[in-house]
Amino acid sequence: MGDEAFTDINGKAISMDCHSHSGFCREFTVSSPKVSVGKVMVYTCCVWLLAYTVFFFTQNTAVLSSAILITLVGMMFHIHFVKVDHESLLVIGSLGIQVSSCYASGRETTTFIEMSKIKDIVINEAIYMHQIIYYLCVLLKDPAEPKAVSSVVPLFQSSKPRLNCLVKVYKSCQEILSKC
Amino acid sequence: MVLKIYFPQCCNRADSGLMVGRWIAGHDSAVVLAVIHYPFIPGQVKRYIQQIQAQSGVELSVLGSWSLPKEGQEGMESFLRDLSTIFPQERWLQINREFGKTGFTCEVLTQDQNGGTTQLEAKKKKKVVEEGDGEAGGDGAEEGEEEKVIFVHYEQKKVMLSQLHPIENGVPDPKADPPSELRQMFRMVANSQPLFFLDKYDDGPLKTTHWQSEGREGSIIVELLKQASAPLCLLISWLLSIWTCFCNIRIFSLYPLRFLSTKLSTCIQLSYRTEHMRTLSSAKPAAGHTQFMRKANILVSLLVDVALGVLLMSWLYRDNHITMLANALVPAADHIAKELDELLQWLMGAPAGLKMNRALDQVLGRFFLYHIHLWISYIHLMSPFVEGILWYGGLSACLGLTFALSLLSDMVALLTFHIYCFYVYGARLYCLKIYGLSSLWRLFRGKKWNVLRQRVDSCSYDLDQLFIGTLLFTILLFLLPTTALYYLVFTLLRLVVVLFQGVLHLSVDFMNSFPLFAVGLRIFRSFRLAEGVKFRVLCEEPGTALHLMMEINPLKYGTVVQTYRTPTYSCYPKDSWTALVKKLFVGELIYPWRHKTTKTD
Repeated sequence: MGDEAFTDINGKAISMDCHSHSGFCREFTVSSPKVSVGKVMVYTCCVWLLAYTVFFFTQNTAVLSSAILITLVGMMFHIHFVKVDHESLLVIGSLGIQVSSCYASGRETTTFIEMSKIKDIVINEAIYMHQIIYYLCVLLKDPAEPKAVSSVVPLFQSSKPRLNCLVKVYKSCQEILSKC
Repeated sequence: MVLKIYFPQCCNRADSGLMVGRWIAGHDSAVVLAVIHYPFIPGQVKRYIQQIQAQSGVELSVLGSWSLPKEGQEGMESFLRDLSTIFPQERWLQINREFGKTGFTCEVLTQDQNGGTTQLEAKKKKKVVEEGDGEAGGDGAEEGEEEKVIFVHYEQKKVMLSQLHPIENGVPDPKADPPSELRQMFRMVANSQPLFFLDKYDDGPLKTTHWQSEGREGSIIVELLKQASAPLCLLISWLLSIWTCFCNIRIFSLYPLRFLSTKLSTCIQLSYRTEHMRTLSSAKPAAGHTQFMRKANILVSLLVDVALGVLLMSWLYRDNHITMLANALVPAADHIAKELDELLQWLMGAPAGLKMNRALDQVLGRFFLYHIHLWISYIHLMSPFVEGILWYGGLSACLGLTFALSLLSDMVALLTFHIYCFYVYGARLYCLKIYGLSSLWRLFRGKKWNVLRQRVDSCSYDLDQLFIGTLLFTILLFLLPTTALYYLVFTLLRLVVVLFQGVLHLSVDFMNSFPLFAVGLRIFRSFRLAEGVKFRVLCEEPGTALHLMMEINPLKYGTVVQTYRTPTYSCYPKDSWTALVKKLFVGELIYPWRHKTTKTD
């Protein structure tokens, strides 16, 4: 599966990669748009200009060093905890579904949901501020009632791809899920 | 249907032999626990399996055969097939691996009702997205659908030692669903400890390969500690019994002492630690994971506490720090008294430009000034003993830093007792005034509070009642600013002291309840606390089944702390902010920190 021109809900370009390891095991990876250098420079310059202005009035060098420290710490915090590089979905027939997000610093968080807990994978609509968006989600079974849905796990939350991308993923997943 | 085989990583390079393990009930999966090598005597294998079953309580069976032919070893095919007749099973797995290739091939022999065997060959099909009914390539009698096989590789040691969260204890709920496949698998591996005793270097009749096959692991320090722990536990329980007898002496049950002991945080901390020691010194080993973690957490936090306390002691008793502290204490108390003096003089004048009622002002001011004078004389009386008190009090730090902090909190409470007294006087006066005002205000409007019905009713008053009521109301109203000001000042002082004490109590509580052992385990042996698992697809070769690597997904730090927090007499604010402000406004006495007592007094 090649990369077609997918976009997320805000119109930024993202890429989707679908890798089929076996007849019943597939992996979908959606990569978010990268951090733009321009934005980083704008933020840094704002903070440093502000610090310089304060320094101009107070003549205290601690302001400048603290501004540098704040910028560094803020950047490290952003790439380690906030900025998602790519998200992937691994569907293994009759075993389960694994959802993982990889952050810009390389940190990965993974969740595995067993097949016995999964009711279905669906595309759902949601009202998100002033828009109505589509998102892919996993419906989990309620242990007490087999027909009820106990909770919903949304997928691809950071990259938020549009419907065309979601439909591809949905179709592939349903093929595997229907087999077992 | 897809067949899942959980295969231990340690057996990837094992010599050919029989696979021993278990089928998971209800799911189409098998867990391979060990490989028994050729040559063996089938009768001995069966006996060994029964012996292990009796010891561990896990049903074991022979799952199939594993073949990794070395150079020169050929023609095992028919031999392997004949094995399936010796060990009759419903399904017999034949797993082959060749040197140089990473993939396994698996053949499944199914025994149907008639006793005949059908063979389903599982091979990796062409990588196409659409899978119809795959056609069978090659020989053999294939019937019906293809059997697909997934090999899930797991690290046996890690899975054996890890604990899946949320922890499901003991008795299973009959109404709930049976435990999930992963949980069953983890439990099976964890319970198969007796299987891992013999390995291929032992002189027994059977040679097995499993995670300990390179030699049994052990640690001298751990063994020595285990040996030493039994007499240590006895000693501690004996000491505890003496201490409990001492505490139960009749003289301590007298009213004043009993009341004091519930108020002093040192006594509370002491009783709390006694409980802990009792938990630690119980003779039987911990039943279950939760018990073990609790004991370990208590032990580690106790040790860290004592270490920090000894550190504090070593700082305190060095370089005459105690003398410095003692010498600084009395001038500090003097300074505080002088400041309070000045404050009262300011209030007796015209504070912030407000005009006070002269007479009431003088009365209240002189009353409080006299109290301060008494207090200062008391401090001066005590000043020669302060150093001695500090010296002996500092010794309590050897029991732990929490004791030193509780003692500090108690000492602060004692030293600022006069502030507490002032606050109580001021609050009571103000409260009385507010109630009087509200009642007389109701009289003003011709209403009355009905105590029986707990509501406001109208009432007709006589003229003289109204006259006196109005007079009193006016007096109280014009005296209100003076009382309110004194109340405000002393409440603020009291709140400062309460805040400081609260900080001390919170830190003591934190040290008591923080699960250091669990956090340490999460950092250094993260596989022992598992939130779940994660899978990674291993690089596959075309023509082989799917291979996945199962790794343990460790628990998040927040969940670790939340799950393993030692329950304490936690110190938390009793009232919400609005209730607190309301109480302050009305003049009710506030005790903002509440201790959750484990025993009802």
